[in-house]
Amino acid sequence: MNWLLSGDYPRSRVLAALLILVFVGLALAPFVFPGTRALNVAAKVAVFILLVASYDLLLGYTGIVSFAHTMFFGIGGYGIGIAAAKLGPTWINLGLGIFVSSLVTLALALAIGLLSLRVRAIFFAMITLAVASFFQILASQLSDFTGGEDGINFKLPELLQSRLVCYYGVLVISCLLYLVLLRIVNSPFGRVLQSIRENEFRAEALGYRTVAYRSVANCLGAFAATAAGALYALWLRYTGPDTTLSFSIMIDLLLMVVIGGMGTMYGAVIGATLFVVAQNYLQDLMKLAADATQALPSFLQFVPGLLHPDRWLLWLGVLFIVCVYYFPAGIVGRLRR
Amino acid sequence: MKTDWIPIALVPVLAVAALPLIPNTPTWVTLTVAGLAMGMMIFMMASGLTLVFGLMDVMNFAHGAFISVGAYAAASVLIAMKGDMQAASLAANLSAMAPALLAAMALAGLLGWFFERVVIRPVYGDHLKQILVTMGGLIVVEQLIHVVWGPDIIPLPRPATLTGSVLFGDAAIERYRMLAVLVGLAVFAAMWLVLGRTKLGLLIRAGVENTEMVESLGYRIRRLFVGVFVAGSALAGLGGVMWAMYQESVSAGMGMQMMVVIFIVIIIGGLGSVGGCFVGALLVGLMANYIGYVAPKLALGSNILLMVLVLLWRPRGLYPVGKA
Amino acid sequence: MPDALLALEAVNTHIGQYHILQGVSFSVPQNSLTMLLGRNGAGKTTCLRTIMGLWRASAGSVKFGEKEITRTPTPDLARLGIAYVPENMGIFAGLTVRENMLLAARGGALDDKRLEWIFGLFPAMKKFWGSLAGNLSGGQKQMLAISRAIAEPRRLLLVDEPTKGLAPAIIAAMIEAFREVKRDATLVVVEQNFHFARTLGDAVAVMDSGRIVHTGTMSALAADEAMQQRLLGLSLDAHQ
Repeated sequence: MNWLLSGDYPRSRVLAALLILVFVGLALAPFVFPGTRALNVAAKVAVFILLVASYDLLLGYTGIVSFAHTMFFGIGGYGIGIAAAKLGPTWINLGLGIFVSSLVTLALALAIGLLSLRVRAIFFAMITLAVASFFQILASQLSDFTGGEDGINFKLPELLQSRLVCYYGVLVISCLLYLVLLRIVNSPFGRVLQSIRENEFRAEALGYRTVAYRSVANCLGAFAATAAGALYALWLRYTGPDTTLSFSIMIDLLLMVVIGGMGTMYGAVIGATLFVVAQNYLQDLMKLAADATQALPSFLQFVPGLLHPDRWLLWLGVLFIVCVYYFPAGIVGRLRR
Repeated sequence: MKTDWIPIALVPVLAVAALPLIPNTPTWVTLTVAGLAMGMMIFMMASGLTLVFGLMDVMNFAHGAFISVGAYAAASVLIAMKGDMQAASLAANLSAMAPALLAAMALAGLLGWFFERVVIRPVYGDHLKQILVTMGGLIVVEQLIHVVWGPDIIPLPRPATLTGSVLFGDAAIERYRMLAVLVGLAVFAAMWLVLGRTKLGLLIRAGVENTEMVESLGYRIRRLFVGVFVAGSALAGLGGVMWAMYQESVSAGMGMQMMVVIFIVIIIGGLGSVGGCFVGALLVGLMANYIGYVAPKLALGSNILLMVLVLLWRPRGLYPVGKA
Repeated sequence: MPDALLALEAVNTHIGQYHILQGVSFSVPQNSLTMLLGRNGAGKTTCLRTIMGLWRASAGSVKFGEKEITRTPTPDLARLGIAYVPENMGIFAGLTVRENMLLAARGGALDDKRLEWIFGLFPAMKKFWGSLAGNLSGGQKQMLAISRAIAEPRRLLLVDEPTKGLAPAIIAAMIEAFREVKRDATLVVVEQNFHFARTLGDAVAVMDSGRIVHTGTMSALAADEAMQQRLLGLSLDAHQ
């Protein structure tokens, strides 16, 4: 167990319990939660745990705020999508798609890293926003290649056509890559990253070339995001701008990583699970609450409005802000106290 | 006093450079006016953000919220005064627009005041938290707009006397765009005068360069911060209304959608420079319209290409200001 | 000993995790010029910045006359009559010389007589009155910084390395200016140029590793070469 978790224990009974719950839930989802909707939620949780963890590597461990993460997510998805649709749904073609995605990711991550890690955080954030936006435009404009706004629907190789097999494939790979990330942040490399985040001048003074470290971290995070994108595309058998590149996904990522807990890796598990489940089921709960409050007197009529199911993002946004101020290490940090 | 004329000159240079690409001169005129109008509106939306960043070292990612809120506030007023808006008299139209613009600036300014005191003050100096917190604020405000004004897009027709175009020779120029240019110029002129000719403006310009030194000279400049923030927010609200009437619709996400363009403009202009923001906005507006005509597929990406070109020439923007 | 205008007692300043000032205590007599000397990194600039409230003292007290000013915000200190000229001069490059000077006149307008006096000391100020401060040479910028500090009468001037990188002719003008200012005000000047220090200094305080290691009169230090060598690693005849 020590080797598996790379020495990074949950350090809280409640957290450990929650993590086990999530893991068991995901592992047994097809059997415990009947229906396609539940399985979709579970697959999305599995993918997003990996995606959020990759973002935590950047934000929580290295202190980089980047708005271009969804771009890498999209590259992974489009790699699979284009390969499967244009070349045919064989394992070799999928492998080719992943390979090309990785190259593109590497090139872009290096470019972004080397170019902008030399500038102030704010400048970097804005530039990544512009780059991500540009990529999104590119994806929707090059419709012959990328399917434009509609995206690409494609078939999968025979083995993956079984929903069950596909699900476990996604879950297992996501799990493995997550554990790899866990290993990375607990390695000497990861510790240097953290020291850079704490105090960059000191790290430079101690001889670490911070730009190099941050560039590597940037690339690793980007790779993991690309992998997540590929997995998601495989599950959905579809890839398109709104499932991968849209800014709302970027915002969702931010919410997940902060609420779950920045710089903890386990925060990714908690945050992703909480968010995706809320996204799908909280709305039902809110509808109940909204209906229940319809009968309130007129001066409280805004209450049903606030509880309207479409407003679930409002509450998560408030929770997010509260976390930034008072719980910088999110739920995980709170549980560990 | 030596002013750096090169960036300003880029505006007419770009306009002239577009001539050979647009063989039909009347079309060129139309596009140029359209570009200038768009640029003016973007300038109004962006100027507050660059000044706030330059002076207070705060990047308010929620700036888009002020744009949306301003637009919605005005929309409410204009819908209430529908009669005056639809009347065929310019006076009646303006009598409806004036309170709408004021309402937009007031509500956006109020929201700005709330933001500065409650949301941003606790995280002065911490850029990471600022980015996160203001993003959160943007999400929350957008949702609250839905709560107050409903989830649908509200159509916002232009006032009756400002619809349609006027013919100058063969060139058709939209009336509304001419108004936008006038309003934009008025705003820019006002800012220029305040910044250049008043002691307040002097303090702001000095503060953008070196806040510490201004304090060492005995000015409680932090008290100015709130005022500048509120003014910047009010301007964003004004820009929002003008833009909404240009698009003829109001949606909760409109502010957020503009953020990318606004960031591009203030990066091109130089963070903290109002003049740079003005030039940058005009360049972006012109580019978008020219390229939109010549090569529509490239239009959306043209801003970003422009930004890259400018940064290659001047890495800190057209008019870099003190704080690096 | 004349009354101390400024008195520091056991002042500690931390910057991040670095403990820069480790218990600084000294007092500055009124109407004198105290030179704050010491090797690079001794904490002299930090000392001035702490007095001016730009960095917060983590312990100890700073007194201005009878007033405890340890926690007073910077603008209020300026209003009490303290002027600060930082090491990088702190002039506003995007503003003209005139606008820089205008900012120094908190009351609104500049006193013409005083302005004439300043022009007499630093003629370049008059010559470049309408130019952008950023276009001035290093020496002229320094003159502007000093001019700004003396545009209105002040009780205490904190000056950080005024002669750094200046030509001897300009240093002479600087000495002249400081002599005049010294008559109505008190000065604390951080300096590396010993000739300048010896010519103008009345009292001296030497810092090392965040502490005051010597206080006394300038004449005593100037006469004792061995002490100079020990405290500062050089003799007074260096740095002409």
